[in-house]
Amino acid sequence: MQKYIVSVLVKNHAGVLARVASLFGRRAFNIDSLTVSTTTDPTISRMSIIVTGDEAILEQVMKQVSKLYEVLWVEQLWEEDSYCKELVFVKLSTPDAASRDAVREVAELYNANVVEAVGNAMIVELTEVPSRIDAFLDVIANFNVIEMCRSGVTAMMK
Amino acid sequence: MRLNGSQILCETLIEQGVDTIFGYPGGAVLNIYDALYQYSDRIRHILTAHEQGAAHAADGYARATGKVGVCLATSGPGATNLVTGIATAYMDSIPMIAITGNVGVPLIGKDSFQEVYIAGITMPITKHNFVVNHVEDLADTVREAFRIAQSGRPGPVLIDIPKDVTAAMCEFENKPVESIEEVYDVSEDDLKRIAAEINAAECPVIYYGGGIISSHACQDLVALMHKADIPATGSMMSIGSVPPDDPLYLGMIGMHGKVSAGWAVDRADLLLSIGARFSDRVATNPNRFAPDARIIHIDIDAAEINKNMPADDFLVTDAKTFLSGVLPYVKEAKHTAWRAQIENWQKTLDYKPADAEDCLRPHQIIQICAELGGDDLIFVTDVGQHQMWAAQYCGRRHSRQFISSGGLGTMGFGYGAAMGTKFAQPDKPVIHITGDGSFHMNLNELCTSVTYGLPIVTVIMNNQVLGMVRQWQTMFYDKRYSATTLDRKTDYVKLAEAFGAQGFRCTTPAEFREVLAKALAHQGGPTVIECVIDRDERVLPMIAPGGDIRNIVAD
Repeated sequence: MQKYIVSVLVKNHAGVLARVASLFGRRAFNIDSLTVSTTTDPTISRMSIIVTGDEAILEQVMKQVSKLYEVLWVEQLWEEDSYCKELVFVKLSTPDAASRDAVREVAELYNANVVEAVGNAMIVELTEVPSRIDAFLDVIANFNVIEMCRSGVTAMMK
Repeated sequence: MRLNGSQILCETLIEQGVDTIFGYPGGAVLNIYDALYQYSDRIRHILTAHEQGAAHAADGYARATGKVGVCLATSGPGATNLVTGIATAYMDSIPMIAITGNVGVPLIGKDSFQEVYIAGITMPITKHNFVVNHVEDLADTVREAFRIAQSGRPGPVLIDIPKDVTAAMCEFENKPVESIEEVYDVSEDDLKRIAAEINAAECPVIYYGGGIISSHACQDLVALMHKADIPATGSMMSIGSVPPDDPLYLGMIGMHGKVSAGWAVDRADLLLSIGARFSDRVATNPNRFAPDARIIHIDIDAAEINKNMPADDFLVTDAKTFLSGVLPYVKEAKHTAWRAQIENWQKTLDYKPADAEDCLRPHQIIQICAELGGDDLIFVTDVGQHQMWAAQYCGRRHSRQFISSGGLGTMGFGYGAAMGTKFAQPDKPVIHITGDGSFHMNLNELCTSVTYGLPIVTVIMNNQVLGMVRQWQTMFYDKRYSATTLDRKTDYVKLAEAFGAQGFRCTTPAEFREVLAKALAHQGGPTVIECVIDRDERVLPMIAPGGDIRNIVAD
């Protein structure tokens, strides 16, 4: 199983997100994340979708999504040759100085920012490509994570 | 001119060539029905017994003509009652417009009386759907809905109209209908490449589906078969595309298809699939379907390529464009050895049921229908064993003469679809083949055909059980007949008479022949004929799901 980035331009109609989501549900495609945002044209929105699957599933995802009436354009993007970033916040329990230092050290290594350090907790923020976020989260999992929140990817062809 | 939303709806329907719609009134569509009253000289509204019947009737109307079928229902339960009918049309790529009323815009989202979000409910079973919130958008929405329903791979489109929009006024102007003839261009290189693959094959087989019918390509298909001497087998959706006495016709393929057709596909070195989708009822085991063949897949829907079956080569185009385009590049050929091999399978392997005289056997019932009904007869079926027997023995020579729910397998489809078919083809005899299970689902529509004096002949194969499920229980569940023994006490003759129809019961081929002749001659209204058959009749041959031709059961 692999992760693929699919970028979709859709007509900005009420219900278009439900249509795309319904299609994924019906065809048993796995969405890792899905973000929707406006474009410079207010009638058009962009969806960036991370799909888990294999090449055959990806082919079906792209073709089936293309068939939706409100979908204008579907393309696959690759981390390496597109601008593709995701934002993550991690809240960690850091009861003592040693744990705070350790978190700071990891954050520095991944170019993550400590955006909040209150009492016994810290919040770390990282904006990166999804694979780096995955790597960061793997490491940070060794700490006492209270909660985590990632934005889903937003991506654009170079 | 200044019209209200309901009048605009009627005007745009007329603009699109609609003269018949099937529906059922209710609160949210009162304004639409008021307009239909005004437009009754141009739009014939058929009042069914239930909205599901209206949806199946619109679907049957579309299947029998190729035109768009239209159904209309009120909000809430009216709309949800259409759902099975819409899904049936969607699975078989039938062009249909479903119009639903809804509560007024200010009441939407408040769980108002008879409110449902039918657009959400039907998202996965329509090509697209619309909620029209402004009367100014209504006319163009209807036009666009018709375009979507008919373009590319056809399918149903739903238009949901809140009640206040049906009353609101705005300017309206008729527009000429835009041509929806799309060009699915294929390059000469593509056609030459595929022709070369066809020319190189020694054991080619064509496997075709409903796409042949929807693109009006029956004659083009037969032309290719004969020029290149290629035997062809069709899915259930394609029945009638190739006349059954064509020497290159192999019969139906799939779970209950011909054994010889199954072996031909199994041993083929080239499988040319046209307008078919390798469903699990055809490619029961996709890994062992045409295992030695190069597979060329021609389909109008790009998403079908590599969906159920990986293709070695493909073209995304409609069947007609492909067939007419490839023909000049295909060489005349003779596959004598291959044809002889297939003929041998046909002689030695194909299942031939034995006739009986003292009891009714299913194949005889269908054959007698085909014989007495003649070449114009249209079979409409429900779903189950009777459907497969009808598919196997109906012997239709033209497209749109076998109307059946393929993809969704909707029990209860038949009666509504038969009504739609009869309204569409009033001059052709229509026989509705059903089982006692399917018939009980939507027999309410008998009242509709009595009201409209529709001479539909219903033939119930009464085996007192849910035969197809029972057959599976016999074969795979050690005869544990859980919930499949009906043994209903329904008196079908009295039932028919109670509705105002005529009813008969018969137990032998001679009786059936006599009764059916009477029924077909009766033009005043519907007939119901109960045919008593044995509960252990099975549909043969059969390939179990996941199996392949090596696992076929033929006795």
